[in-house]
Amino acid sequence: MSLLISALTLGFIFSLIALGVLISFRIFAFPDITADGSSTLGAALAAMLLIKNVNPVLATAGGFAGGFVAGTLTGTLATKFKINGLLAGILVMTSLYSLNLHIMGRSNLSLTGSSTLSTYAGRVGNALLPRGSFTVMGWEITALEAALLLVSFLIVVLVGCVVYVFFQTNLGTAMRATGDNKEMIRALGVNDENMIILGLALSNGLIALAGAFIAQYQGFADVQMGIGMVVWGLASVIIGEALVGTRQLGFGITGAVMGSVLFRLLVAIALRLGLNPNDLKLVTAVFVFFALITPGLLKRAKVRPRSSHA
Amino acid sequence: MLELRAVSKTFNSGTASQLRALQAVSLKVEARSFVVIIGTNGSGKSTLLNAVAGSFYVDSGEIFLADENITKWPEHQRAKLIGRVFQNPFSGTAASMSIAENLALAAYRGRPRRLGWPLRQHLLSELRDRVSQLNMGLEDRLKNPIGSLSGGQRQALTLLMATWLRPQVLLLDEHTAALDPKSADQVIALTNTIIRRDKLTTLMVTHSMQQAAHLGDRLIMMHRGGIIQDFQGAEKTRIRVDDLLARFEEVRRAELLDESAAELMRRTYV
Repeated sequence: MSLLISALTLGFIFSLIALGVLISFRIFAFPDITADGSSTLGAALAAMLLIKNVNPVLATAGGFAGGFVAGTLTGTLATKFKINGLLAGILVMTSLYSLNLHIMGRSNLSLTGSSTLSTYAGRVGNALLPRGSFTVMGWEITALEAALLLVSFLIVVLVGCVVYVFFQTNLGTAMRATGDNKEMIRALGVNDENMIILGLALSNGLIALAGAFIAQYQGFADVQMGIGMVVWGLASVIIGEALVGTRQLGFGITGAVMGSVLFRLLVAIALRLGLNPNDLKLVTAVFVFFALITPGLLKRAKVRPRSSHA
Repeated sequence: MLELRAVSKTFNSGTASQLRALQAVSLKVEARSFVVIIGTNGSGKSTLLNAVAGSFYVDSGEIFLADENITKWPEHQRAKLIGRVFQNPFSGTAASMSIAENLALAAYRGRPRRLGWPLRQHLLSELRDRVSQLNMGLEDRLKNPIGSLSGGQRQALTLLMATWLRPQVLLLDEHTAALDPKSADQVIALTNTIIRRDKLTTLMVTHSMQQAAHLGDRLIMMHRGGIIQDFQGAEKTRIRVDDLLARFEEVRRAELLDESAAELMRRTYV
């Protein structure tokens, strides 16, 4: 049961990464792989600040701010300096690796003993459930687990709503239009380069925010933890699109969250059934590969007249 | 008023595919005049419009619009003063966004985009009002994505967007060339109505000799990056399609003559 709860909780936290990927890959059609570095950056910044006894909320906000700056950098390289978008992401991601090591001072930073959002959540859980645990269908759930799940769920709902509302404002609509048709939005007097920079900043801010939450959830930050985040987020977005479609941004956001949770659950089940954790990223990548080519294959299969094999 | 002073632009400068698209073009367009531009392929008519719009910076010369020297302004800044409709119906609208959202984006042309709400009630009712004047039944489909509309409908909406806020100059780049004849006629009629009603300063590039003969109050013919003919006033009114075709034939013959002369020179001296 606690495996299920932790999969759900992680699913919610990781859905912030899916939201970030949704913004860069889907809204802006920009293949931004800064995420692998910015998620670690968020974790590193938050962990470093927490160890210095900074208020956990402020430390988490610090993580977001770090990702925001990283995204700004990638966006600036790609627009003002006309560097290929993928390459711009690689450059920033690579430099972030060194930067993260500098921020943490070593490759792994433990948060044991520091006051974090998780300890906050635990305190709330204990206040609500003085007994320390409760049972659902015969399974015992600790107050801490329940509180973490609830808090991560509320955070995701809040962030999802904020992202949705933001993209309905004048600025947000201009950003969506930039991703759709740059020529048109320039003709309507919007500096499309600035829109892309701001979009990537938001995207990476959310991804770093997820990193800050992950560090506090698992109790440590690790310089390697960001590897594979882009593929992870992309997988969630694709599952979400399969679940609820892409008609509107609201569907995209809900889908990304649902996709992330579902993906985490599948991973938990696969691990439980004996999947080697080392193979996880390979399996994820293969999954994304098939998800990317399947629509094209299906279309071709439809267009082609019925072939001879029955 | 729009004025170009000796504007030149060369693409792929210094390479084998070098193209002198505009060669010291000077043009003065009075406020409220409707100028139609025709020309052979590659004559520089679209380049002229793009130079005004700021799709690129010109190599030399200056461009003035509404008493401002806009030569060095970036494209998005010029958009404050300019309304544009492109040849490709897909270029002027954001396909994934709704009709209302697209129009709202146009209602804020040239203004800073902040966190305000675009689709306020008064804008929505104005949208419905103006869209219903198109007589396309689109006023009931404001929430539909623009990508679901036909090319003609999209061009009509793009035209509405380009003129939502009165532009100092309206640039139409063969905006009916990609449409079927019926839609093209519809969009042209709408174009003429809006330009006359709002008394817009307009540059319209076209391939259609009919449009060139019947529309506008000034006709400019371009060839090889320069203006070779400029009909105004009564002269423009008298122009018939046959006159234009004859003039084009003349240009073509002169071209052939040039080429055969060059060939002769080559044979004699090389």
